[in-house]
Amino acid sequence: MSLLASAFTLVFVAAGIGFFAAGTLGLVRLPGTLSRIHALTKADNVGLALIVLGLLPQAASVLDAAKMVAIWLLAQLASGAVAQVMAEAVMAEATLAEAKDAGDAAPPEESRP
Amino acid sequence: MSLLFDAVLCLLLLAGALGVVATGAARAAVIAFIGYGLLLGLAWVRLAAVDVALTEIAIGSGISGVVLLRCVRALPATPKAPAPNPLLRPLAAMVSIAIAVALGAAVLALPEPAPSRAADVATALPATDLGNPVTGVLLVFRALDTLLEKVVLLLSLVGVWALSRDPACRGRPDPLSLEPAPAPSAFLARVLAPVGVLVGLYLLWAGADHPGGAFQSGAVLAAMGLLLVMGDQIRIPATQNRGLRLMLLAGPFGFLAVGFAGWATAGVFLGYPPGAEKAVIIAVEVAITLSIAVTLGLIVLGPPAGEERS
Amino acid sequence: MADLLFAAATLLLLLAAAGLASLWWAGNDLDRMLAVQLLGAAGIAVLLLLTPAMGDSSLLDTALLLALLAALAACAYRAAFGPTRPKAGRPPAAPRP
Repeated sequence: MSLLASAFTLVFVAAGIGFFAAGTLGLVRLPGTLSRIHALTKADNVGLALIVLGLLPQAASVLDAAKMVAIWLLAQLASGAVAQVMAEAVMAEATLAEAKDAGDAAPPEESRP
Repeated sequence: MSLLFDAVLCLLLLAGALGVVATGAARAAVIAFIGYGLLLGLAWVRLAAVDVALTEIAIGSGISGVVLLRCVRALPATPKAPAPNPLLRPLAAMVSIAIAVALGAAVLALPEPAPSRAADVATALPATDLGNPVTGVLLVFRALDTLLEKVVLLLSLVGVWALSRDPACRGRPDPLSLEPAPAPSAFLARVLAPVGVLVGLYLLWAGADHPGGAFQSGAVLAAMGLLLVMGDQIRIPATQNRGLRLMLLAGPFGFLAVGFAGWATAGVFLGYPPGAEKAVIIAVEVAITLSIAVTLGLIVLGPPAGEERS
Repeated sequence: MADLLFAAATLLLLLAAAGLASLWWAGNDLDRMLAVQLLGAAGIAVLLLLTPAMGDSSLLDTALLLALLAALAACAYRAAFGPTRPKAGRPPAAPRP
């Protein structure tokens, strides 16, 4: 029984690390900040989920297991919202740069001497 | 295998510290410092100091990150200061290395086994009804240190407020952001803050028997308050508000009052009434938590900008 | 079992550090913030792995706190350095004569 639980843990933790590795690779290799955000949030959430799932048989009590699931839910919520915050920062920067270009092309009348 | 983990963690800590110092740009250095605080939290966990790890994660990678990011924004983009003396850098490096070597020598020179009062704490702890020896040391055996620490925290807020242009420190501190909060930040604050307040109260409650306690809880509550401010969910409070100032004073002065009452009930300053130790300790912890949360939040927000003209 | 969990934690830490290092030299500040978020996620996973490995269930509280406060840095970054939007109808930067 304990052997089965250990094997379950090992398989799922290994799979979770695989997803973390994929997320890291995506973060490093993908071009552009927006696609990096995509790689980070998708892969890390699945990776964390698999690790939590794998560690559930090792939890000392049912309460600890519930807490681990709660941590995963909280991390899921936070990283999803953080992705939105970062993406909004990227978009706002892009909009600002665009507006600046338009402003440079046609300088306003009142600032002429 | 745990040795390998510790070795990797130590190397990463060194690399993180180098990254903070060697990065030229202020913004990148602050981001590196946030990551460094996170690694430091892991190191405290490996040293079996979970109470310290909780504090380090809450303060090091949470609240001080907010303070430092604000400071970088306040700095001019291109510093006008003249180039520093070329001798200054090697000198600073030499002083730092000397301090590191001296600290290392001091640690290696400690007698084996290291002097410890841990056994004394373990034998005296049952009298306090507490399960967490750290809370026992902080609130019973070394209560005087904790009391003074709360006073120091209050004094640091006084120091921040002394920078206010208003002589009576009235009005609201400047906002954290120059523009209204973007929708994702508001969403994050609305969703995360209720959960965070719950976690903060849980840490306060767990502190009696498990790692956690007043400071960790206060830091989490302060962080959630800052999150709500950054998401435009609450307005920055006006500092002349009487309730706010009472909350600032509740911890230090409540603790002091219990300390003086100790002469009457237990015959010694900072003694707890026999039989009701745990109830009084928890009451003190609640008052301290409230004060820590409000004080930390207001230190981050900065000096009040003076009374508004309406 | 504990040894294998420690090995997994070491691997995760190295992965996050590799991501952090490569983005540090290549990217802008937003990318660096992303790398710190990756380190935060890896930190949560490492703490969860250390809980059974060290046999101390109070480590779960540190993971809980990390999951909660990892978001604070990103929000603070946006509040401090978010680009100010140009006012409608007026160009943002009036060129000086």
